[in-house]
Amino acid sequence: MAGDNSTVKVHINHVVKKFQTRKGEMVALNGVDLDIHENEFVCVVGPSGCGKSTLLNIIGGLEKPTEGSVTVDGREVTGPGSDRGIVFQQYALFPWLTVEKNVEFGLKLQGKPKEEAAEIAQRYIKMVELEEFAKAYPKELSGGMKQRVAIARAYAVNPKVLLMDEPFGALDAQTRTQLQQELLVTWEKEQKTCFFITHDVEEAIILGQRVIIMCARPGRVKDVVDIDIPYPRDQKTKMSPRFLELKNYIWNQVYQEYLSVRK
Amino acid sequence: MSQRKSEKQGFVPNWAWTLISLALAVVLWLVASGRWPAVFASPLEVWEAFLDRTASGVLWEHVWASLSRVLTGFGIAFVVSIPVAFLMAWYDAFRHVVEPWIQFIRNIPPLAYVFLIIAALGIGQVSKITVIFIASFLVMVITVYQGVRGVDVTLIKAARVLGATQKDIFFKVTIPASTPFILTAARLGLSTSLTTLMASEIVGGDKGVGMMIQQASGYYQMDVVLLGIILLGIIGICFEKIVLFLERRFTGWQETIQR
Repeated sequence: MAGDNSTVKVHINHVVKKFQTRKGEMVALNGVDLDIHENEFVCVVGPSGCGKSTLLNIIGGLEKPTEGSVTVDGREVTGPGSDRGIVFQQYALFPWLTVEKNVEFGLKLQGKPKEEAAEIAQRYIKMVELEEFAKAYPKELSGGMKQRVAIARAYAVNPKVLLMDEPFGALDAQTRTQLQQELLVTWEKEQKTCFFITHDVEEAIILGQRVIIMCARPGRVKDVVDIDIPYPRDQKTKMSPRFLELKNYIWNQVYQEYLSVRK
Repeated sequence: MSQRKSEKQGFVPNWAWTLISLALAVVLWLVASGRWPAVFASPLEVWEAFLDRTASGVLWEHVWASLSRVLTGFGIAFVVSIPVAFLMAWYDAFRHVVEPWIQFIRNIPPLAYVFLIIAALGIGQVSKITVIFIASFLVMVITVYQGVRGVDVTLIKAARVLGATQKDIFFKVTIPASTPFILTAARLGLSTSLTTLMASEIVGGDKGVGMMIQQASGYYQMDVVLLGIILLGIIGICFEKIVLFLERRFTGWQETIQR
Protein backbone atom coordinates (compact mmCIF):
# COMPACT_ATOMS: atom_id res chain seq x y z
CA MET A 1 0.00 0.00 0.00
CA ALA A 2 1.07 3.51 -0.65
CA GLY A 3 2.45 5.60 2.12
CA ASP A 4 3.65 2.96 4.55
CA ASN A 5 7.14 3.83 3.44
CA SER A 6 8.54 5.56 6.50
CA THR A 7 11.04 7.84 4.73
CA VAL A 8 10.31 11.43 5.76
CA LYS A 9 9.63 13.48 2.65
CA VAL A 10 8.58 16.82 4.11
CA HIS A 11 9.86 17.81 7.51
CA ILE A 12 8.12 20.78 9.10
CA ASN A 13 10.23 21.97 11.98
CA HIS A 14 8.65 24.34 14.49
CA VAL A 15 7.31 26.73 11.88
CA VAL A 16 6.14 30.11 13.19
CA LYS A 17 4.59 32.72 10.91
CA LYS A 18 3.77 36.24 12.04
CA PHE A 19 2.18 38.97 9.96
CA GLN A 20 2.28 42.68 10.61
CA THR A 21 -1.20 44.13 10.39
CA ARG A 22 -2.58 47.54 11.23
CA LYS A 23 -3.86 46.15 14.52
CA GLY A 24 -0.40 44.89 15.35
CA GLU A 25 1.30 41.53 15.10
CA MET A 26 -0.83 38.56 14.06
CA VAL A 27 0.45 35.05 14.70
CA ALA A 28 -0.79 32.84 11.87
CA LEU A 29 1.20 29.75 12.82
CA ASN A 30 2.55 29.15 16.27
CA GLY A 31 5.10 26.36 16.15
CA VAL A 32 3.93 23.68 13.76
CA ASP A 33 5.83 20.38 13.80
CA LEU A 34 4.88 17.74 11.28
CA ASP A 35 6.51 15.00 9.24
CA ILE A 36 4.97 13.89 5.97
CA HIS A 37 6.23 10.57 4.65
CA GLU A 38 7.11 9.62 1.12
CA ASN A 39 3.98 8.97 -1.00
CA GLU A 40 1.74 9.67 1.94
CA PHE A 41 -1.65 11.33 1.50
CA VAL A 42 -2.17 13.84 4.29
CA CYS A 43 -5.31 15.94 4.65
CA VAL A 44 -5.55 19.09 6.73
CA VAL A 45 -8.81 20.35 8.20
CA GLY A 46 -9.48 23.30 10.46
CA PRO A 47 -11.55 26.47 10.72
CA SER A 48 -10.70 29.38 8.45
CA GLY A 49 -7.92 31.44 9.95
CA CYS A 50 -6.07 28.42 11.35
CA GLY A 51 -3.19 29.09 8.98
CA LYS A 52 -3.55 25.97 6.84
CA SER A 53 -3.10 27.89 3.59
CA THR A 54 -0.15 29.75 5.08
CA LEU A 55 1.44 26.42 5.95
CA LEU A 56 0.87 25.18 2.40
CA ASN A 57 2.40 28.35 0.97
CA ILE A 58 5.43 27.93 3.21
CA ILE A 59 5.94 24.33 2.07
CA GLY A 60 5.49 25.53 -1.52
CA GLY A 61 8.09 28.25 -0.98
CA LEU A 62 5.71 31.11 -1.75
CA GLU A 63 6.05 32.45 1.79
CA LYS A 64 8.92 32.35 4.27
CA PRO A 65 8.45 31.23 7.87
CA THR A 66 9.26 33.79 10.56
CA GLU A 67 10.89 31.04 12.61
CA GLY A 68 11.59 27.37 12.00
CA SER A 69 12.08 25.65 8.68
CA VAL A 70 10.68 23.22 6.16
CA THR A 71 12.86 20.63 4.46
CA VAL A 72 11.96 18.47 1.48
CA ASP A 73 14.24 15.44 1.04
CA GLY A 74 16.50 16.99 3.67
CA ARG A 75 16.99 20.23 1.71
CA GLU A 76 15.67 23.42 3.22
CA VAL A 77 12.91 25.16 1.25
CA THR A 78 13.98 28.66 0.21
CA GLY A 79 11.56 29.24 -2.68
CA PRO A 80 9.33 27.44 -5.15
CA GLY A 81 10.89 24.40 -6.79
CA SER A 82 10.01 21.79 -9.36
CA ASP A 83 9.88 19.13 -6.62
CA ARG A 84 6.65 20.71 -5.31
CA GLY A 85 3.48 21.46 -7.29
CA ILE A 86 0.46 23.43 -6.12
CA VAL A 87 -3.20 23.16 -7.13
CA PHE A 88 -5.20 26.23 -6.09
CA GLN A 89 -8.88 26.49 -5.27
CA GLN A 90 -9.34 29.20 -7.91
CA TYR A 91 -7.84 26.91 -10.60
CA ALA A 92 -5.33 29.65 -11.59
CA LEU A 93 -5.33 28.66 -15.25
CA PHE A 94 -3.86 31.20 -17.64
CA PRO A 95 -7.01 32.34 -19.46
CA TRP A 96 -5.10 33.41 -22.60
CA LEU A 97 -3.66 29.93 -23.13
CA THR A 98 -5.45 26.85 -24.41
CA VAL A 99 -5.70 23.74 -22.25
CA GLU A 100 -2.62 22.17 -23.82
CA LYS A 101 -0.58 25.38 -23.60
CA ASN A 102 -1.53 25.66 -19.93
CA VAL A 103 -0.30 22.14 -19.27
CA GLU A 104 2.89 22.81 -21.27
CA PHE A 105 3.61 26.05 -19.37
CA GLY A 106 5.82 24.52 -16.67
CA LEU A 107 7.47 22.08 -19.08
CA LYS A 108 8.60 24.90 -21.34
CA LEU A 109 9.98 26.83 -18.38
CA GLN A 110 12.02 23.73 -17.56
CA GLY A 111 13.51 24.05 -21.05
CA LYS A 112 11.93 20.91 -22.47
CA PRO A 113 12.00 20.81 -26.30
CA LYS A 114 8.70 21.64 -27.99
CA GLU A 115 7.80 18.12 -29.13
CA GLU A 116 8.63 16.58 -25.78
CA ALA A 117 6.59 19.20 -23.90
CA ALA A 118 3.64 18.60 -26.22
CA GLU A 119 3.92 14.85 -25.79
CA ILE A 120 4.02 15.02 -21.98
CA ALA A 121 1.13 17.50 -21.97
CA GLN A 122 -0.95 15.16 -24.15
CA ARG A 123 -0.32 12.32 -21.74
CA TYR A 124 -1.61 14.27 -18.73
CA ILE A 125 -4.53 15.78 -20.63
CA LYS A 126 -5.48 12.20 -21.42
CA MET A 127 -5.08 11.26 -17.77
CA VAL A 128 -7.74 13.81 -16.81
CA GLU A 129 -9.85 12.80 -19.83
CA LEU A 130 -9.88 16.15 -21.58
CA GLU A 131 -8.39 15.16 -24.97
CA GLU A 132 -11.35 16.70 -26.79
CA PHE A 133 -10.73 20.02 -25.08
CA ALA A 134 -6.98 20.28 -25.68
CA LYS A 135 -7.44 23.30 -27.96
CA ALA A 136 -10.16 24.96 -25.86
CA TYR A 137 -9.65 28.07 -23.76
CA PRO A 138 -10.41 27.97 -20.02
CA LYS A 139 -13.54 30.12 -20.47
CA GLU A 140 -15.09 27.27 -22.45
CA LEU A 141 -14.68 24.79 -19.58
CA SER A 142 -16.79 24.04 -16.51
CA GLY A 143 -15.32 24.42 -13.02
CA GLY A 144 -14.61 20.71 -12.71
CA MET A 145 -12.87 20.63 -16.08
CA LYS A 146 -10.78 23.66 -15.16
CA GLN A 147 -9.62 21.97 -12.00
CA ARG A 148 -8.75 18.82 -13.99
CA VAL A 149 -6.56 20.96 -16.23
CA ALA A 150 -4.91 22.51 -13.17
CA ILE A 151 -4.21 19.02 -11.81
CA ALA A 152 -2.79 17.91 -15.18
CA ARG A 153 -0.61 21.02 -15.24
CA ALA A 154 0.71 20.30 -11.76
CA TYR A 155 1.39 16.64 -12.61
CA ALA A 156 3.06 17.43 -15.94
CA VAL A 157 6.19 18.89 -14.33
CA ASN A 158 6.38 15.71 -12.24
CA PRO A 159 6.70 17.11 -8.71
CA LYS A 160 7.28 14.63 -5.91
CA VAL A 161 5.10 16.60 -3.53
CA LEU A 162 1.64 17.80 -4.54
CA LEU A 163 0.18 20.61 -2.44
CA MET A 164 -3.55 21.17 -2.84
CA ASP A 165 -5.33 24.15 -1.32
CA GLU A 166 -9.05 23.29 -1.14
CA PRO A 167 -8.94 22.26 -4.79
CA PHE A 168 -12.53 21.01 -4.92
CA GLY A 169 -13.99 23.66 -2.62
CA ALA A 170 -15.67 25.62 -5.41
CA LEU A 171 -17.24 22.61 -7.13
CA ASP A 172 -20.70 21.11 -6.80
CA ALA A 173 -21.10 17.91 -4.75
CA GLN A 174 -21.29 15.49 -7.70
CA THR A 175 -18.26 16.93 -9.48
CA ARG A 176 -16.37 16.96 -6.20
CA THR A 177 -17.05 13.27 -5.57
CA GLN A 178 -16.02 12.45 -9.13
CA LEU A 179 -12.75 14.37 -8.85
CA GLN A 180 -11.98 12.78 -5.47
CA GLN A 181 -12.23 9.34 -7.06
CA GLU A 182 -10.07 10.41 -9.99
CA LEU A 183 -7.49 11.89 -7.66
CA LEU A 184 -7.27 8.63 -5.67
CA VAL A 185 -6.86 6.59 -8.86
CA THR A 186 -4.12 8.93 -10.05
CA TRP A 187 -2.40 8.84 -6.69
CA GLU A 188 -2.36 5.00 -6.76
CA LYS A 189 -0.93 5.06 -10.29
CA GLU A 190 1.63 7.83 -9.99
CA GLN A 191 2.92 7.85 -6.48
CA LYS A 192 3.20 11.29 -4.96
CA THR A 193 3.29 12.80 -1.54
CA CYS A 194 0.04 14.71 -1.18
CA PHE A 195 -0.73 17.56 1.22
CA PHE A 196 -4.41 18.30 0.79
CA ILE A 197 -6.27 21.14 2.52
CA THR A 198 -10.04 20.95 2.82
CA HIS A 199 -12.86 22.17 5.02
CA ASP A 200 -14.89 19.05 4.19
CA VAL A 201 -14.35 16.36 6.83
CA GLU A 202 -15.77 13.57 4.62
CA GLU A 203 -13.41 14.54 1.84
CA ALA A 204 -10.45 14.46 4.24
CA ILE A 205 -11.34 10.93 5.45
CA ILE A 206 -12.10 9.48 2.01
CA LEU A 207 -8.76 10.73 0.62
CA GLY A 208 -6.23 10.79 3.42
CA GLN A 209 -4.13 8.30 5.27
CA ARG A 210 -3.84 10.83 8.04
CA VAL A 211 -5.98 13.83 8.88
CA ILE A 212 -4.33 16.77 10.59
CA ILE A 213 -6.73 18.90 12.63
CA MET A 214 -5.53 22.45 13.06
CA CYS A 215 -6.80 25.05 15.46
CA ALA A 216 -6.89 28.78 15.12
CA ARG A 217 -5.61 31.87 16.92
CA PRO A 218 -2.85 31.06 16.78
CA GLY A 219 -2.70 28.28 14.19
CA ARG A 220 -1.19 25.01 15.36
CA VAL A 221 -1.71 21.27 15.09
CA LYS A 222 -4.43 20.14 17.47
CA ASP A 223 -4.66 16.47 16.64
CA VAL A 224 -3.48 13.94 14.08
CA VAL A 225 -5.89 11.11 13.22
CA ASP A 226 -4.80 7.94 11.38
CA ILE A 227 -7.43 6.85 8.88
CA ASP A 228 -7.25 3.06 9.09
CA ILE A 229 -9.72 2.40 6.27
CA PRO A 230 -8.07 0.43 3.45
CA TYR A 231 -7.98 1.70 -0.15
CA PRO A 232 -9.61 1.62 -2.63
CA ARG A 233 -12.26 3.79 -1.03
CA ASP A 234 -15.46 4.85 -2.73
CA GLN A 235 -18.96 6.09 -1.97
CA LYS A 236 -19.81 2.92 -0.03
CA THR A 237 -16.92 3.65 2.31
CA LYS A 238 -18.88 6.65 3.52
CA MET A 239 -21.52 4.30 4.93
CA SER A 240 -19.14 2.06 6.88
CA PRO A 241 -19.24 2.24 10.71
CA ARG A 242 -15.55 3.09 10.96
CA PHE A 243 -15.95 5.98 8.55
CA LEU A 244 -18.86 7.40 10.54
CA GLU A 245 -16.97 6.98 13.77
CA LEU A 246 -13.96 8.87 12.42
CA LYS A 247 -16.18 11.49 10.83
CA ASN A 248 -17.99 12.05 14.11
CA TYR A 249 -14.73 12.37 16.03
CA ILE A 250 -13.02 14.73 13.59
CA TRP A 251 -16.13 16.79 12.97
CA ASN A 252 -16.54 17.41 16.70
CA GLN A 253 -12.93 18.50 17.04
CA VAL A 254 -13.25 20.92 14.12
CA TYR A 255 -16.59 22.21 15.34
CA GLN A 256 -15.18 22.99 18.78
CA GLU A 257 -12.47 25.00 17.09
CA TYR A 258 -15.03 26.75 14.93
CA LEU A 259 -17.00 27.75 18.04
CA SER A 260 -13.92 28.96 19.87
CA VAL A 261 -12.95 31.13 16.90
CA ARG A 262 -16.42 32.65 16.72
CA LYS A 263 -16.28 33.78 20.34
CA MET B 1 -29.88 33.77 -28.14
CA SER B 2 -29.51 34.92 -31.74
CA GLN B 3 -32.82 33.28 -32.52
CA ARG B 4 -34.64 35.27 -29.90
CA LYS B 5 -32.96 38.43 -31.10
CA SER B 6 -34.11 37.99 -34.68
CA GLU B 7 -37.66 37.22 -33.55
CA LYS B 8 -37.77 40.43 -31.59
CA GLN B 9 -36.43 42.51 -34.47
CA GLY B 10 -38.78 40.97 -37.01
CA PHE B 11 -36.03 39.39 -39.12
CA VAL B 12 -34.35 42.67 -40.04
CA PRO B 13 -30.62 41.97 -40.37
CA ASN B 14 -28.12 44.28 -38.70
CA TRP B 15 -26.77 45.79 -41.93
CA ALA B 16 -30.31 46.80 -42.87
CA TRP B 17 -30.71 48.60 -39.56
CA THR B 18 -27.48 50.46 -40.26
CA LEU B 19 -28.87 51.54 -43.65
CA ILE B 20 -32.18 52.61 -42.11
CA SER B 21 -30.37 54.60 -39.44
CA LEU B 22 -28.18 56.27 -42.07
CA ALA B 23 -31.12 57.07 -44.34
CA LEU B 24 -33.05 58.59 -41.44
CA ALA B 25 -30.04 60.75 -40.54
CA VAL B 26 -29.90 62.07 -44.11
CA VAL B 27 -33.63 62.84 -44.03
CA LEU B 28 -33.23 64.79 -40.77
CA TRP B 29 -30.25 66.57 -42.30
CA LEU B 30 -32.34 67.52 -45.37
CA VAL B 31 -35.09 68.85 -43.12
CA ALA B 32 -32.61 70.85 -41.07
CA SER B 33 -30.93 72.31 -44.14
CA GLY B 34 -34.32 73.29 -45.56
CA ARG B 35 -35.28 75.01 -42.34
CA TRP B 36 -31.95 76.67 -41.40
CA PRO B 37 -30.05 76.96 -44.71
CA ALA B 38 -27.60 79.46 -43.20
CA VAL B 39 -26.39 76.92 -40.63
CA PHE B 40 -26.79 73.52 -42.24
CA ALA B 41 -25.48 73.12 -45.75
CA SER B 42 -27.47 70.51 -47.66
CA PRO B 43 -26.02 67.03 -48.23
CA LEU B 44 -25.59 67.91 -51.91
CA GLU B 45 -23.60 71.05 -51.13
CA VAL B 46 -21.36 69.14 -48.75
CA TRP B 47 -20.89 66.44 -51.37
CA GLU B 48 -19.91 69.09 -53.92
CA ALA B 49 -17.50 70.67 -51.47
CA PHE B 50 -16.03 67.22 -50.94
CA LEU B 51 -15.60 66.59 -54.69
CA ASP B 52 -14.19 70.05 -55.23
CA ARG B 53 -11.57 69.72 -52.52
CA THR B 54 -10.65 66.16 -53.37
CA ALA B 55 -10.11 67.11 -57.00
CA SER B 56 -7.61 69.78 -56.01
CA GLY B 57 -6.06 67.41 -53.45
CA VAL B 58 -6.41 70.02 -50.71
CA LEU B 59 -8.70 67.84 -48.65
CA TRP B 60 -6.25 64.96 -48.42
CA GLU B 61 -3.51 67.35 -47.37
CA HIS B 62 -5.71 68.50 -44.48
CA VAL B 63 -6.68 64.97 -43.53
CA TRP B 64 -3.13 63.73 -43.72
CA ALA B 65 -1.82 66.64 -41.63
CA SER B 66 -4.37 65.88 -38.91
CA LEU B 67 -3.99 62.12 -39.05
CA SER B 68 -0.22 62.25 -38.82
CA ARG B 69 -0.46 64.57 -35.79
CA VAL B 70 -3.00 62.38 -34.04
CA LEU B 71 -1.10 59.18 -34.76
CA THR B 72 2.28 60.61 -33.77
CA GLY B 73 0.99 62.09 -30.52
CA PHE B 74 -0.96 58.95 -29.73
CA GLY B 75 1.88 56.62 -30.76
CA ILE B 76 4.44 58.32 -28.51
CA ALA B 77 1.91 58.44 -25.66
CA PHE B 78 1.15 54.72 -26.06
CA VAL B 79 4.82 53.72 -26.00
CA VAL B 80 5.56 55.92 -22.98
CA SER B 81 2.42 55.15 -20.97
CA ILE B 82 3.05 51.39 -20.74
CA PRO B 83 6.43 51.53 -18.94
CA VAL B 84 5.25 54.41 -16.74
CA ALA B 85 2.15 52.42 -15.78
CA PHE B 86 4.31 49.41 -14.91
CA LEU B 87 6.63 51.56 -12.82
CA MET B 88 3.60 52.92 -10.97
CA ALA B 89 2.33 49.42 -10.30
CA TRP B 90 5.69 48.16 -9.08
CA TYR B 91 7.11 51.07 -7.09
CA ASP B 92 4.83 52.59 -4.50
CA ALA B 93 7.06 55.64 -4.01
CA PHE B 94 6.92 56.42 -7.73
CA ARG B 95 3.16 56.01 -7.78
CA HIS B 96 2.58 58.14 -4.68
CA VAL B 97 4.49 61.01 -6.28
CA VAL B 98 3.26 60.72 -9.86
CA GLU B 99 -0.36 59.69 -9.53
CA PRO B 100 -1.65 62.99 -8.03
CA TRP B 101 -0.01 64.89 -10.92
CA ILE B 102 -1.70 62.66 -13.44
CA GLN B 103 -5.10 62.91 -11.76
CA PHE B 104 -4.76 66.69 -11.52
CA ILE B 105 -3.77 67.38 -15.11
CA ARG B 106 -6.16 64.76 -16.48
CA ASN B 107 -9.17 66.82 -15.46
CA ILE B 108 -7.97 70.03 -17.10
CA PRO B 109 -9.40 70.58 -20.60
CA PRO B 110 -6.45 70.56 -23.06
CA LEU B 111 -7.66 73.85 -24.53
CA ALA B 112 -6.67 75.48 -21.24
CA TYR B 113 -2.99 74.55 -21.40
CA VAL B 114 -2.56 74.83 -25.16
CA PHE B 115 -1.38 78.43 -24.81
CA LEU B 116 1.22 77.47 -22.24
CA ILE B 117 2.60 74.92 -24.66
CA ILE B 118 2.63 77.41 -27.54
CA ALA B 119 4.57 79.81 -25.35
CA ALA B 120 7.08 77.07 -24.64
CA LEU B 121 7.32 75.33 -28.02
CA GLY B 122 6.05 77.82 -30.59
CA ILE B 123 3.19 77.32 -33.01
CA GLY B 124 4.78 74.56 -35.05
CA GLN B 125 4.10 70.87 -35.38
CA VAL B 126 5.86 70.06 -32.10
CA SER B 127 3.44 71.94 -29.89
CA LYS B 128 0.43 70.41 -31.65
CA ILE B 129 1.76 66.88 -31.16
CA THR B 130 2.67 67.68 -27.56
CA VAL B 131 -0.90 68.67 -26.69
CA ILE B 132 -2.23 65.42 -28.17
CA PHE B 133 0.51 63.46 -26.45
CA ILE B 134 -0.26 64.88 -23.00
CA ALA B 135 -3.99 64.29 -23.18
CA SER B 136 -3.86 60.74 -24.51
CA PHE B 137 -0.89 59.78 -22.33
CA LEU B 138 -2.80 60.69 -19.16
CA VAL B 139 -5.83 58.64 -20.14
CA MET B 140 -3.76 55.62 -21.15
CA VAL B 141 -1.37 55.55 -18.21
CA ILE B 142 -4.27 55.36 -15.74
CA THR B 143 -6.00 52.57 -17.66
CA VAL B 144 -2.89 50.45 -18.11
CA TYR B 145 -1.90 51.00 -14.49
CA GLN B 146 -5.26 49.70 -13.30
CA GLY B 147 -4.83 46.67 -15.53
CA VAL B 148 -1.38 45.84 -14.21
CA ARG B 149 -2.57 46.28 -10.62
CA GLY B 150 -5.50 44.00 -11.30
CA VAL B 151 -3.43 41.03 -12.50
CA ASP B 152 -4.64 38.02 -10.50
CA VAL B 153 -2.04 37.25 -7.81
CA THR B 154 -2.91 33.55 -7.97
CA LEU B 155 -1.75 33.46 -11.60
CA ILE B 156 1.60 34.89 -10.55
CA LYS B 157 1.81 32.35 -7.72
CA ALA B 158 0.93 29.53 -10.11
CA ALA B 159 3.64 30.67 -12.54
CA ARG B 160 6.23 30.88 -9.75
CA VAL B 161 5.38 27.37 -8.58
CA LEU B 162 5.83 26.11 -12.16
CA GLY B 163 9.32 27.60 -12.16
CA ALA B 164 8.88 31.10 -13.60
CA THR B 165 11.58 33.70 -12.94
CA GLN B 166 10.77 37.42 -12.52
CA LYS B 167 11.43 37.87 -16.24
CA ASP B 168 9.11 34.96 -17.16
CA ILE B 169 6.38 36.40 -14.95
CA PHE B 170 6.67 39.77 -16.69
CA PHE B 171 6.55 38.44 -20.25
CA LYS B 172 4.38 35.36 -19.81
CA VAL B 173 1.90 36.50 -17.16
CA THR B 174 1.80 40.26 -16.55
CA ILE B 175 1.90 41.30 -20.22
CA PRO B 176 -0.75 38.88 -21.53
CA ALA B 177 -2.94 39.46 -18.48
CA SER B 178 -2.79 43.23 -19.04
CA THR B 179 -3.40 43.05 -22.80
CA PRO B 180 -7.15 43.74 -22.50
CA PHE B 181 -6.40 46.90 -20.51
CA ILE B 182 -3.67 47.96 -22.92
CA LEU B 183 -6.13 47.68 -25.81
CA THR B 184 -8.85 49.52 -23.90
CA ALA B 185 -6.24 52.19 -23.16
CA ALA B 186 -5.46 52.39 -26.88
CA ARG B 187 -9.12 52.92 -27.71
CA LEU B 188 -9.58 55.62 -25.09
CA GLY B 189 -6.25 57.19 -26.07
CA LEU B 190 -7.17 57.36 -29.75
CA SER B 191 -10.52 58.96 -29.09
CA THR B 192 -8.90 61.46 -26.72
CA SER B 193 -6.27 62.23 -29.37
CA LEU B 194 -8.98 63.05 -31.85
CA THR B 195 -10.87 65.28 -29.40
CA THR B 196 -7.65 67.07 -28.54
CA LEU B 197 -6.85 67.61 -32.21
CA MET B 198 -9.16 70.61 -32.42
CA ALA B 199 -7.54 72.19 -29.38
CA SER B 200 -4.10 71.61 -30.86
CA GLU B 201 -5.01 73.06 -34.26
CA ILE B 202 -6.61 76.16 -32.80
CA VAL B 203 -3.14 77.63 -32.47
CA GLY B 204 -2.75 78.22 -36.17
CA GLY B 205 -0.81 76.76 -39.05
CA ASP B 206 -2.13 76.10 -42.52
CA LYS B 207 -3.00 72.42 -42.74
CA GLY B 208 -5.29 70.12 -40.80
CA VAL B 209 -8.99 69.28 -40.64
CA GLY B 210 -9.36 71.51 -37.57
CA MET B 211 -7.71 74.36 -39.47
CA MET B 212 -9.92 73.73 -42.46
CA ILE B 213 -13.03 74.04 -40.29
CA GLN B 214 -11.78 77.22 -38.63
CA GLN B 215 -10.80 78.93 -41.88
CA ALA B 216 -14.09 77.95 -43.55
CA SER B 217 -16.14 79.24 -40.64
CA GLY B 218 -14.30 82.55 -40.98
CA TYR B 219 -15.62 82.84 -44.54
CA TYR B 220 -18.97 81.39 -43.58
CA GLN B 221 -18.49 78.35 -45.85
CA MET B 222 -20.82 76.11 -43.88
CA ASP B 223 -20.57 73.28 -46.41
CA VAL B 224 -16.84 72.95 -45.69
CA VAL B 225 -17.43 73.24 -41.94
CA LEU B 226 -19.89 70.36 -42.07
CA LEU B 227 -17.58 68.36 -44.33
CA GLY B 228 -14.78 68.69 -41.76
CA ILE B 229 -17.04 67.64 -38.90
CA ILE B 230 -18.28 64.58 -40.78
CA LEU B 231 -14.72 63.63 -41.75
CA LEU B 232 -13.62 63.74 -38.10
CA GLY B 233 -16.56 61.51 -37.22
CA ILE B 234 -15.62 59.01 -39.91
CA ILE B 235 -11.98 58.96 -38.78
CA GLY B 236 -13.16 58.37 -35.20
CA ILE B 237 -15.32 55.43 -36.19
CA CYS B 238 -12.48 53.91 -38.23
CA PHE B 239 -10.11 54.14 -35.25
CA GLU B 240 -12.64 52.47 -33.01
CA LYS B 241 -13.32 49.66 -35.48
CA ILE B 242 -9.60 48.96 -35.84
CA VAL B 243 -9.07 48.70 -32.09
CA LEU B 244 -12.22 46.60 -31.64
CA PHE B 245 -10.88 44.22 -34.28
CA LEU B 246 -7.58 43.98 -32.40
CA GLU B 247 -9.44 43.39 -29.15
CA ARG B 248 -11.37 40.51 -30.64
CA ARG B 249 -8.23 39.11 -32.16
CA PHE B 250 -6.03 39.31 -29.06
CA THR B 251 -8.36 39.16 -26.07
CA GLY B 252 -11.01 36.70 -27.24
CA TRP B 253 -9.94 34.44 -24.36
CA GLN B 254 -11.55 36.74 -21.82
CA GLU B 255 -14.49 35.36 -19.87
CA THR B 256 -16.55 38.54 -20.11
CA ILE B 257 -16.14 39.55 -23.74
CA GLN B 258 -18.45 36.85 -25.06
CA ARG B 259 -22.14 37.53 -25.01
